[in-house]
Amino acid sequence: MNTVADQLIVLVMLINFAALGTGRLAVAIRAVALQGVILGILPVLIHSFSWHLVAITVGLILAKGILIPSLLTGAITKARITREMEPFIGYVPTLLIGAVLTALAFAFAAKLPLAPAHQGLLFVPAAIATLLTGFLLLVTRRKAISQVIGYLVLENGIFLFGLLLTEAMPVMVEAGALLDLIVGIFVMGIIINQISREFSSIDTSRLTALKE
Amino acid sequence: MLSGLILIPLLGALAAWFIPSERGRPWVLPVVGIVHLAMTVEVLLVPPAPSPGRWLQLDPLGTLVLLSVSLLFLACAVYAVGYLNYRQERANRPLCAMLLVCLAAMTLVAISHHLGLLWVAMETTTLAMAPLIYFNRNARSIEATWKYLLICSVGIALALLGLLFLAYSTVVARMEPTLLLDPLVANASLLSPAWVKAAFVFLLVGFGTKMGLAPLHTWKPDAYGEAPGLVGALLSGGLVTCAFLGLMRVYQICTAAGGDGFYQDALVTLGLVSMATAAVFMARQADFKRMLAYSSVEHVGLLAVALGLGKGALVGALLHLVNNGLTKGVLFLTAGNIHRSYNSKRCEHVKGAMRRLPWSGGLFMAGFIAITGSPPFGPFVSEFSILSSAFVQGNSLVGGLALLLLAAIFIGMAGTVLPVVMGEPTRVEHTDYRDRFLTVAPPLALMAAVLLLGIWLPEPLRRIVAEGAQLLGGGR
Repeated sequence: MNTVADQLIVLVMLINFAALGTGRLAVAIRAVALQGVILGILPVLIHSFSWHLVAITVGLILAKGILIPSLLTGAITKARITREMEPFIGYVPTLLIGAVLTALAFAFAAKLPLAPAHQGLLFVPAAIATLLTGFLLLVTRRKAISQVIGYLVLENGIFLFGLLLTEAMPVMVEAGALLDLIVGIFVMGIIINQISREFSSIDTSRLTALKE
Repeated sequence: MLSGLILIPLLGALAAWFIPSERGRPWVLPVVGIVHLAMTVEVLLVPPAPSPGRWLQLDPLGTLVLLSVSLLFLACAVYAVGYLNYRQERANRPLCAMLLVCLAAMTLVAISHHLGLLWVAMETTTLAMAPLIYFNRNARSIEATWKYLLICSVGIALALLGLLFLAYSTVVARMEPTLLLDPLVANASLLSPAWVKAAFVFLLVGFGTKMGLAPLHTWKPDAYGEAPGLVGALLSGGLVTCAFLGLMRVYQICTAAGGDGFYQDALVTLGLVSMATAAVFMARQADFKRMLAYSSVEHVGLLAVALGLGKGALVGALLHLVNNGLTKGVLFLTAGNIHRSYNSKRCEHVKGAMRRLPWSGGLFMAGFIAITGSPPFGPFVSEFSILSSAFVQGNSLVGGLALLLLAAIFIGMAGTVLPVVMGEPTRVEHTDYRDRFLTVAPPLALMAAVLLLGIWLPEPLRRIVAEGAQLLGGGR
């Protein structure tokens, strides 16, 4: 493990807070894009060189750094919104909850029965913290697009854990997973457009026709 | 041969996308459906060799899922021709193409022995279904699609984390990291128990969301209620079956790894909670398609209970998987007919369907009798074998609770179904939608299959079920 990788993982966790604390959707999208790019760079830094790793890096950077952010930016331009108004819980409280969750992630990771080679690494606590941040975003935000951002952060957390295991996942499966993610975001983008056309807003708290 | 099963539907999807005629396009569906079923029967009789690297191979569990998905798809495909012919105001290109993509992905789930590949296929079914739920293009169907897509995506992402944990348990055990099923099952006792347990929890949550186990079922009534009947049939008979296969794969590894009954208890508890949730929400349900969604929650609950009970209940679980899929096909297809004919799915508008649509009304009734576990239909046999196994194992509490909930569900469901089928017709705006051959023959054929499974189990099927139960660690 080298120090550059450690710095980058710290950056990933800081980006979690940026996504939690901002009300501007464009900022949140860029933050998550940056997080994705860092996830793409990390495997090259921590593993020895192989074409498999290059494929992962290029795929991740293209998908998470360029393709998905541009899809999301397109969606918010079309729906003409810039800010997440009125989240269910305010920005400061969510930041505090995020800090508590990150601390808990470190405490929890210290107790996990990790392989000796992985003990004391920042990977596992950062993965758990990012995962929890994604959940927090998903449940506290109203706008459909903010929920998609929450889903992306959650996925980033899972990918971060997956970096410990690049050998177990063959390239084909990884490519498939990445493709599914992109198509998923694409479909979500389409539906967001439909929601904004039908309800003149992408506030998901208005989606209340279906209930018992 | 195995890859052909996936390629044919994909080629069909491509063809459907490029056929310009709105009336001609739906015919691609039954053609692909027939070819797919024929190939399925062939691989059933002559087991094909596994693919190099053993990523794709057909074991008894996969065969069972493949067979029930293929049968159900053919029925839905024939129905789709009649249905889309009536609904010519909607463009059917996305529907036809996505149905076929979904068939390809479901086939891949059934034959995949690499858990990563299985995950990719499962996620593909989730995505391919989203445009199908949105077929009606109104505010309610957007809401249903959004809930479905977000909840299932998060669920399936957690399942991916579960798979990573499973792979990590091999790293901790100083083995070659892998996600291939066979080495994982063979070396299960060497895997790190703590990580296997964590993997199980996340995979149960992930695949449980996809199956609609309570309390992860919240998307289900909305999606099933708003999607066209044939999509509902494929969701409840096809996707549920595939997700349950995913859960069975995890179960294979976890039970081989041993343990203190944690896995079994978790499955039984979640299953009973699902059945109880279904019983509560089924009572006085004012929308008969949403009622079917809760019936689906009930049956995935029963499947989870059966898997948790293990031993003799496993044969019942596998039979019930097939029975549930086929019977749900009958119910959703006929419910679609009734919905179209009355232009409403609210029980206060829909009464006396038997007079307006004698075939659909009658089949809906027969499907209700079958799904609630009355003889002489297939679900009776499988539910009886699950419950009797619970009592034989001395687990009277689980058996008794399940029996009680089944009775409550029967009463609740009857309260909705009987007025819809038998009641006095009210004066509502009528449409000219009537029973036609193409929209009645498929549910009729499925119903006949359900009846057949209730009185006679064909020898090849019996053998597959027995071998499948053995893979899950069952037997007598």
